[in-house]
Amino acid sequence: MREPILELKNVSAAYGRIKAIKDISLVVYPGEVVSIIGANGAGKSTTLMSISGVLPLTGGEIYYDGARIDGIAADLLPARGLCQVPEGRRIFPRLTVEENLDMGAFFRKDKAGIAHDMNRVFQLFPILLERRRQHGGTLSGGEQQMLAMGRALMSRPRLLLLDEPSLGLAPLIVQQIFRIIREINEADGVTVVLVEQNANLALQASTRGYVLETGNVVMEDEAGALLANPDIRKAYLGE
Amino acid sequence: MTIPASRKLWLGYAVAMLWLFALLWPLLGIKPEGLEFADSFALWSTLALASAILLAFWQLKQHGVFDFVSRPAEAVSTVFSKATGRVPSWIWLVLVLAGALVFPLLTERYAQDVAISVLVYICLGLGLNVVVGMAGLLDLGYIAFYGVGAYTYALLSVHFGLSFWLSLPIAGAFSACAGCIIGYPTLRMRGDYLAIVTLGFGEIVRIVLNNWMSLTNGPNGILGIKPPGAYWWSDGKIEHIWLGSLEQFYYVILALAVCTVVAVYRLNHSRIGRAFEAVREDQTAAELMGVNTLGIKLLAYSLGAIFGGLAGAFFAARMRFVSPESFTFIESAMVLAMVVLGGMGSIPGVILGALALIALPEVFRGFELYRMFVFGGVMAVMMIFRPKGLWPAKRMGTRSEERD
Repeated sequence: MREPILELKNVSAAYGRIKAIKDISLVVYPGEVVSIIGANGAGKSTTLMSISGVLPLTGGEIYYDGARIDGIAADLLPARGLCQVPEGRRIFPRLTVEENLDMGAFFRKDKAGIAHDMNRVFQLFPILLERRRQHGGTLSGGEQQMLAMGRALMSRPRLLLLDEPSLGLAPLIVQQIFRIIREINEADGVTVVLVEQNANLALQASTRGYVLETGNVVMEDEAGALLANPDIRKAYLGE
Repeated sequence: MTIPASRKLWLGYAVAMLWLFALLWPLLGIKPEGLEFADSFALWSTLALASAILLAFWQLKQHGVFDFVSRPAEAVSTVFSKATGRVPSWIWLVLVLAGALVFPLLTERYAQDVAISVLVYICLGLGLNVVVGMAGLLDLGYIAFYGVGAYTYALLSVHFGLSFWLSLPIAGAFSACAGCIIGYPTLRMRGDYLAIVTLGFGEIVRIVLNNWMSLTNGPNGILGIKPPGAYWWSDGKIEHIWLGSLEQFYYVILALAVCTVVAVYRLNHSRIGRAFEAVREDQTAAELMGVNTLGIKLLAYSLGAIFGGLAGAFFAARMRFVSPESFTFIESAMVLAMVVLGGMGSIPGVILGALALIALPEVFRGFELYRMFVFGGVMAVMMIFRPKGLWPAKRMGTRSEERD
């Protein structure tokens, strides 16, 4: 059995007194693309925010790379190779594209490595090279999503958490984004955890999937099996 | 302009004038002897007539009546701005600096005195600009650090006879410490809450200065602070002199202001400066990118405090006297107004803001009674028409579509 890169054991988290996720357990192995699907308010984003350490847990344990990471300050995780692309992109609108990317490498000091990674990002997203000196806020939604992903890649992640990368984007752009997710996974060897409402697309791009409902994991399986599952097809794939 | 549009304009004007009268009359017409209309009506009718004439002229201009003047004027101004645009910016800098250097040779005591206070406020404004403009932390108690710096030098000079130049870094360090002490518990808050808490801490510092009789001599203040000293060539040998004259003070604060400008400029273009901006733009995203947000905010806060402390030490040396009265909330508000009026995050903007808010009231001393009235009016108009300030911060880069 391989060592998991990320493991959640009975994780619970709450906003004030409202419990958002209850006893969630999930495992991610290196090299996988794992998607977490579910409806609005199922706790998908909360799960990612708990992993990133932005939201404190009310119970359970999180292990990353064999070490326990719950309770560690959120800003220390990118240096250990765990980075998140938050929901709604959240790029820095008044910094230029280049500066946004440089912020992704904020904890790194190796100038040559940073320049190399920036070239790689420009290779993945040629449009960002074109708009290098523009303010992040002047980009279109799709370009901002690319910038957010590029910014996260600048931290040289081993595990990338992607929150709703398809949110509010045109279908053509969404396809492009997913193609790049696969490329990051295959060519750069980045493990990806993908949170999506667009279950069909997410499962097609993943190895395995978890289904979240009102803060609980209700199903986990190979992506292909979930895609074929009649219940899932009915609830999430609109059939 | 069409007739209905014109009618709408004049209707709006009439309503505005009625509103102005409703505002003016209670201010001017209610007196202990009874109600009076003549005074307020006279002032109101002057204002109304003047603005009506201006409005009429504007309307005529819209119709193109003045084209015979404005066309050539526009052509001249485009040629002029093209020509000035070709001059590299370092030439402007050198010109401004040269102007600042020869300023005391051409002016009298009064102008020098005003220039000194403008330069002090430039230092303060630039320091606050790091906190408010770059890191986006609304600080309403900034003057506390000015006070800490001033009292540090005052006490060191009076009790230990320490020189100004030695005390300057100590004052900066003490202000930075004060910044950390105040910042550590408060900077966890965001937005309005932070503003209120910093306001509270600013007042706490002033009240402590006012009541700690044994250390600060309370409201009586501290007297007998030494001016900065220097070694200067005179009569064939190097002698120690006091830089006590007004021109000498001017050059000291000019040097301090130039150092502040350079430091803030460097900070603006450094990675740390960018992290300040990232935290301002989106704190959670910055955290997810590995920025220690509390640490960065604390750094911005204490860096701002250092500049305030340095300016404070100079203030103590210049006045030879400090008392808590100099560090009231209105001073904080003044510095903040400079930053906002000039343009948040913009160095030339803050300099312009300080000039506008310190020098202009001096120029218009005749209207002293109405100073605050005009001040408020100008601020309101500015925020409507130029919300980004006199000289808005120009972040690098424009949209590629705009450039094409």
